[in-house]
Amino acid sequence: MEKIPILRMGNLLLVTIQVDLYDRLAETLESDLVQMIKKTGARGVLIDISAVSIIDSFMGRIIGNIATMSKILDAETVVVGMQPAVAITLVELGLPLNGVLTALNVEKGMELLKKKIAEEEPEEEEDHGDTE
Amino acid sequence: MKNEAIKIFQKKKKAVLENWMKFQLADEGLREDLMSNEDLRSQSEELLDAFIDNLSDENIDDPANSAFEAIVDILSGISISRAKQGFSPRETGIFVFSLKDALLNVLQQEIKDPQELYVQSLKIIKIIDSFGISTFETFIKGREEVILRQTDEISEISTPVIRVWDGILALPIIGTLDSARTQIVMENLLQEIVESGSSIAILDISGVPAVDSLVAQHLIKTVSATRLMGAECIISGIRPEIAQTVVHLGIDLSQVVTKASLASALKTAFGLLQLQVVKKQKQQQITE
Amino acid sequence: MVTLNRESMSIMREIDVIPFRNRLKEYAVKIGMSLVNQTKIITAASELARNMLKYANGGKVTIEVVSKGRENGIRMVFKDEGPGIPDIDKAMKDGFSTGKSLGLGLPGTKRLVSEFAITSEVGKGTTVIVTKWKNG
Ligand SMILES: Nc1ncnc2c1ncn2[C@@H]1O[C@H](COP(=O)(O)OP(=O)(O)O)[C@@H](O)[C@H]1O
Ligand SMILES: [Mg+2]
Repeated sequence: MEKIPILRMGNLLLVTIQVDLYDRLAETLESDLVQMIKKTGARGVLIDISAVSIIDSFMGRIIGNIATMSKILDAETVVVGMQPAVAITLVELGLPLNGVLTALNVEKGMELLKKKIAEEEPEEEEDHGDTE
Repeated sequence: MKNEAIKIFQKKKKAVLENWMKFQLADEGLREDLMSNEDLRSQSEELLDAFIDNLSDENIDDPANSAFEAIVDILSGISISRAKQGFSPRETGIFVFSLKDALLNVLQQEIKDPQELYVQSLKIIKIIDSFGISTFETFIKGREEVILRQTDEISEISTPVIRVWDGILALPIIGTLDSARTQIVMENLLQEIVESGSSIAILDISGVPAVDSLVAQHLIKTVSATRLMGAECIISGIRPEIAQTVVHLGIDLSQVVTKASLASALKTAFGLLQLQVVKKQKQQQITE
Repeated sequence: MVTLNRESMSIMREIDVIPFRNRLKEYAVKIGMSLVNQTKIITAASELARNMLKYANGGKVTIEVVSKGRENGIRMVFKDEGPGIPDIDKAMKDGFSTGKSLGLGLPGTKRLVSEFAITSEVGKGTTVIVTKWKNG
């Protein structure tokens, strides 16, 4: 059966979705990812959807699920590279994915993940620049 | 037995055309700048052929007859193209109504019995009048299309996306924000975000006359779509009246970052990008 | 409205949805639909096809290229012989679901297309007809 590969990079998991999602594939990704987080103790998940041209309510829900489940397992999820047409369609559909962190591309997504993970690690006390 | 008028027109087609051309060319408002006389002649001839060929005993008393559809089609085509070329309704009207004069003129020469002339003329008048009405309807439709196209163009032009800083886009919205406009704004903005790799977009609504719940919904949609792409969206230019109506209407903007002015939105954007603007000191290098 | 082209496909299993989506995309590209509108109509189609599979064990979809005045568009008819929907008003509300899902399929689809019509009879089946104009 077709599967979406999950790559491990240090304490991060990297998923690049290269094909258009269909329901079974998305469901498999959800369970594979959750298993992987548990197994590797990953602190962050980055999902690159720049090649995905259709996200409907089912696949949108899976993306939301992954973010929520990772959070419970103490990992942050960032979705990167959503195409403009997909973003407009999701909003019109009524699924703005409010709880999901997003970034423009993989590079910015990585930065965001590292920042989020650092914020949660008090022992690595960093100079927190003040906001505004 | 064929109707008298039809027989005359078939026999005297050429005379009718000459007459018609004479009437059209005699009009002072003739737009030779918009259409050459040859074009006018071939247009007229095409229409006249269609009219005379289609005229029969069954339809001469019935201007709404389906046999005239072909003629109305030709007329509509002429009328729409004229509307787009910038002809006035008067010129297009004269085109049709001078045909009536031409036809009646020929009838008058050919029919000697006044009673018969009256009966036949009345029929022709009714038919041409009905053509006239269709012509005006399509003429207006043609103009409406021009207006619609211009409206589209205006909303394209009036939603520029400006790169104010590396990583910061600004989009001043001027005029009412309806759903069609929101689509254009969203598409332009998101495309520009991808192309420039900007992570902050400022939507300035100082030029939006009023914000009701529908406009607010459009704004929220734009903000949501921007966020899905991975960029942050700040709405600036909220005038006190707008703040009041938003609250009075019970619109929830709590998920949206709002700022009073474009300047303060820019300041927030700099903060988010961890940038700082410092005043250059006189006669001295900037320290740190 | 004039139909310029018509094609039917049956959606009986999940994998049938992929060729259907691809076909729809071909038509949308052919009539010159913008990328955003293509995405909207394919997403809507995906929702309606899933509903047929999930609630009615499959059904038939007809794709038509239609034209009205100067506008071209795509019209789709989703027809199944499933259990039908007892309360359409309820089913059209955001968040209503008997399938433990988000309940955005029907109301979301309505927002994504230009024209939307649904008829359903309990015990007989459901028909959803949607049209998306090229620039609509
Ligand atoms: N083709 C269908 N046949 C029977 N019931 C349907 C069909 N499509 C939708 N429904 C009903 O309408 C409800 C709402 O559908 P929808 O908006 O797609 O949300 P969801 O699929 O998430 O439940 C479904 O839960 C189901 O009860
Ligand atoms: Mg559904």
